Amino acid sequence: MTTIGVLALQGAVREHIRCIQACDAQAIEIKRKEQLAEIDGLILPGGESTTIGRLMDSYGLFTAIQDFARQGKPIFGTCAGMIIMAKSIQGQAKAHLGLIDMTVARNAFGRQVASFEAEINVPAIANDFRAVFIRAPYVVEVGDDVEILATYEEHIVAVRQGPFIATAFHPELTDDQRLISYFMDMVAQAKQ
Amino acid sequence: MSNIGTDRVKRGMAEMQKGGVIMDVVNAEQAKIAEEAGAVAVMALERVPSDIRAAGGVARMADPTITEEVLGAVSIPVMAKARIGHITEARVLEAMGVDYIDESEVLTPADDIYHINKSDFTVPFVCGCRNLGEAARRIGEGASMLRTKGEPGTGNIVEAVRHMRQVQSEIRMLTAMSRDEVMTYAKEIGAPFELLLEIREEGRLPVVNFAAGGIATPSDAALMMELGADGVFVGSGIFKSANPAKFAKAIVEATTHYQDYKLIAELSKDLGEAMKGLDMGTIEAHDRMQDRSE
Repeated sequence: MTTIGVLALQGAVREHIRCIQACDAQAIEIKRKEQLAEIDGLILPGGESTTIGRLMDSYGLFTAIQDFARQGKPIFGTCAGMIIMAKSIQGQAKAHLGLIDMTVARNAFGRQVASFEAEINVPAIANDFRAVFIRAPYVVEVGDDVEILATYEEHIVAVRQGPFIATAFHPELTDDQRLISYFMDMVAQAKQ
Repeated sequence: MSNIGTDRVKRGMAEMQKGGVIMDVVNAEQAKIAEEAGAVAVMALERVPSDIRAAGGVARMADPTITEEVLGAVSIPVMAKARIGHITEARVLEAMGVDYIDESEVLTPADDIYHINKSDFTVPFVCGCRNLGEAARRIGEGASMLRTKGEPGTGNIVEAVRHMRQVQSEIRMLTAMSRDEVMTYAKEIGAPFELLLEIREEGRLPVVNFAAGGIATPSDAALMMELGADGVFVGSGIFKSANPAKFAKAIVEATTHYQDYKLIAELSKDLGEAMKGLDMGTIEAHDRMQDRSE
């Protein structure tokens, strides 16, 4: 059985666990680096990227997740998770994991009163997908190796680079499991 | 087509705060210390609850200068308090762009009968509760997040513990009830029937419930997580302590790793003196903030 970990330092952990279980996979909460050995793929959930980044730094999770990524194991980041995966963050000197060759802008759609949901197309994966954007980032620039999976009003909101995938919105807040299923397939392929 | 201010967007915002610490701040400098320590949000105030308690008189929405200063200082969400029932203070805060409004008993209520109809707003609200009836009424009015009331500004955890346990225990009782019993229970606790059915079905509230009111140490924060809180608010505790930056960081880490007791022991060392607390027995009935609304 496939086992997916959800980084459980802070944020929408419960929702991702529920989605993973809905896809008939095993889900575990990851709080310590040793636990990474037990999982086939990792989800970096929504939350506050500054908080999650800080807590990752304190307990050796930062380098442990980079090692995990170097083994080609798939990682999926949503919202704050996307920021954590970016190579560069607009207006900030320091990025976090730097797994995807992209520059993201934080709170790019505005403050909470501007948070919204909309139907978007993620071609080849999920058309008419109800996407929930909460103080969401978007991608302002991508490298040549990054595949753009979706845009909303001309802003890049979903990307993939090899085993890494990131969305600016929160698939875990709806019952539509198409994106998480897509990630599960990536994990299954990587396991072979 | 896009929709703003939906329940999913408003409740979802609070879901993203889970496992985190929201800190009271009174200026930009404190807000930056809080952000640096790993707070998931800050609450912009004119005075922290213990100072409100000491000052007496009518406590109102903070001067917008302070709120704007905090909004400009940090990239994490900024919350602010409006008086209970004060529709206009809430509209002003929404217009300034705060990310969450706390319709709070820490301020002097503007309306001693009605709360704000929070469903009318695009900005989400958090409200305090002591029991399931109060929690359900606030959700019915449109609150997207709850917190225990506790007894603010005391540095005494006993009331927050009481309120968290009360809500959880009532939810457990509810899940064992038959549908006809739920109707009578709804009447007794003054809660919307349909909402109670939903809570009974899910076995939990449809919004997150944080702990607030009296958290003064890393162990206090961890205790509230142990009791089932989704996260914690720390008011007077941090900036009334001897070393706020260190103290704030310790509370954040203790909240995330609330069952790692060796770590909490390390975090609790040399923090300097925590805020001086108040015993509940010394607080006069009319000074109890938690009884200002129901």
